[in-house]
Amino acid sequence: MHDIETKPNENKYFHETSFYILKRNKPAVLGLLIILILFLVALFASYIAPHDPVKTNLPHRLMSPGSEYPLGTDNLGRCIFSRLIYGARTTLQVGIVVVGISASLGVILGAVAGYHGGIIGEIIMRCVDVVLAFPGLILALAIAGLLSPSLFSIMLALALVGWTSYTRVVRGVILSVKEKDFVQAARSLGATDFRILYQHILPNVMAPVIVMASFNMAHVILAAAALSFLGLGAQPPDPEWGSMLNAGRPFMETAPHLTIFPGLAIMITVLAFNFVGDGLRDALDPH
Amino acid sequence: MLKYIVRRVILMLFILLCVSIVTFSMMHLVPGDPAKIIAEQRYGEGVTSETVEWVRKDLGMDGAIAVQYFAWLTGVMQGDLGYSYSTDRPVWKEISSRFPATLELALAAMLVSLLISIPIGIYSAMKKYSIMDNISMFAAMLGVSMPNFWLGLLLILFFSVHLGWFPVYGRQDVTSLVLPAVTLGTGTAAVTARLVRSSMLEVLKQDYIRTAYSKGLKEIIIIYKHALKNAFIPVVTVIGLQFGALLEGAVVVEVIFAWPGIGRLLVDAIFARNFPVIQGCVLIITIFYVMINLLIDILYVWLDPRIRYDNKL
Repeated sequence: MHDIETKPNENKYFHETSFYILKRNKPAVLGLLIILILFLVALFASYIAPHDPVKTNLPHRLMSPGSEYPLGTDNLGRCIFSRLIYGARTTLQVGIVVVGISASLGVILGAVAGYHGGIIGEIIMRCVDVVLAFPGLILALAIAGLLSPSLFSIMLALALVGWTSYTRVVRGVILSVKEKDFVQAARSLGATDFRILYQHILPNVMAPVIVMASFNMAHVILAAAALSFLGLGAQPPDPEWGSMLNAGRPFMETAPHLTIFPGLAIMITVLAFNFVGDGLRDALDPH
Repeated sequence: MLKYIVRRVILMLFILLCVSIVTFSMMHLVPGDPAKIIAEQRYGEGVTSETVEWVRKDLGMDGAIAVQYFAWLTGVMQGDLGYSYSTDRPVWKEISSRFPATLELALAAMLVSLLISIPIGIYSAMKKYSIMDNISMFAAMLGVSMPNFWLGLLLILFFSVHLGWFPVYGRQDVTSLVLPAVTLGTGTAAVTARLVRSSMLEVLKQDYIRTAYSKGLKEIIIIYKHALKNAFIPVVTVIGLQFGALLEGAVVVEVIFAWPGIGRLLVDAIFARNFPVIQGCVLIITIFYVMINLLIDILYVWLDPRIRYDNKL
């Protein structure tokens, strides 16, 4: 804190303090570490996984965790550890695609509704109201179910439901920033709408959007796992944590490792994103 | 206040109208021709195009979309949600026979959630940054992050299979309600506990609490008489939102515990491509959710005199 004077760029100072606060938040650092490992695992799955994730091997079915199969095998003799490693790919892919689409769509629509307002803004906000009137997972469930069951369907369904909260928040921030002096000053200097939005308003929107995206990631991963658990997402034999859990249900008494490990993987991943979201909120929120 | 309620009810009717349009349009998401799919379900593969056209007419799927929609909406207004393809019973009957089970589950889960979250939230706020506070907030984070279908399976494994305390599935007596309610309530308990804590911390910072302390009042009186009332105002709103989360979570929990509720009806209908039941379930759950939220909004305004007077409602 003592080196305020040595930082001429105020914006840079803000980000460094944010990073400093984040770095001190132990759960957030742990979360970031877990996420980093997950990405590496997903990226190098083919090198790390000891076995083929989809190849069945009936003589080795339902084996307990041991030296050859670190987390045991499932009812078709497939290595659970390898399937979990490949499942990280699916999970992160679904999370990134859904959060990416929802956030971009939500920010653009929220910016239009907040900055432009008018009848288009009104229509956008009424659409938000209507989508939010549905319990999100129920709507996603129905959409994914009416399309044919696949990963694509649940990604589409979750993105269709997910953009609304971004729109609401972004619109709110923009409405309050729009009237601030620095925006008025830029406008009186003749800055174009695009320049005002991009240079002056967007930086204010980014902090809440980043925090939301982190929590949203946790929420989407949980929801996608739930939909896959119900059989609407990834289809066999593709390794996906939610559907692995479901496949393990009939063997719960004799081979509980079939259900325990995939659930643990989902929980640790979601926990990591929640920790990071919490840390980011504390670091980026000026209050 | 009355003006506010009237305004909210009008807005709700508008929202419900839009909800009905969305629910109706969902049918058109189905890849391919719904009439053909239904004809094949009824009469097997390889139906003639005449049969398909006949089915289309029979289901009122011919003519302009707007006409179809108004015909459907008129039916819905009179409680006619169509007939289930699998049982040939009216969808309304299917849903109303399942609804009490879901409501029972959701209310029991809400009870579990409040019983866990409120004491923990208050305690954590009073002993901020103590070991117990840290432990309970970590537990709350675990609760938020745990997939409820996984928790449900673990509870079955431990309490039903190993200890044999509760039935594994079904809805017979009170004991069969325990595990589903705990499974469903845990996630919401975690969210509520965090909220009660932060809301309580906010209130404890206020001047009137400091005044109460400096007057020499006992802590227990300050907490219960001065702080709790105000801390609960935001909690009420979240309880409304959580009812939505409970309805969502109920779908998965009902599937795991074979609980005969509306969520399982919806999932079964999705796999059977039983379109009228899907439409009916989504519509009824959403109407219920919208009404709960309206009630909570009104309750919120009524509870908080600051909003009541400031906006001259």
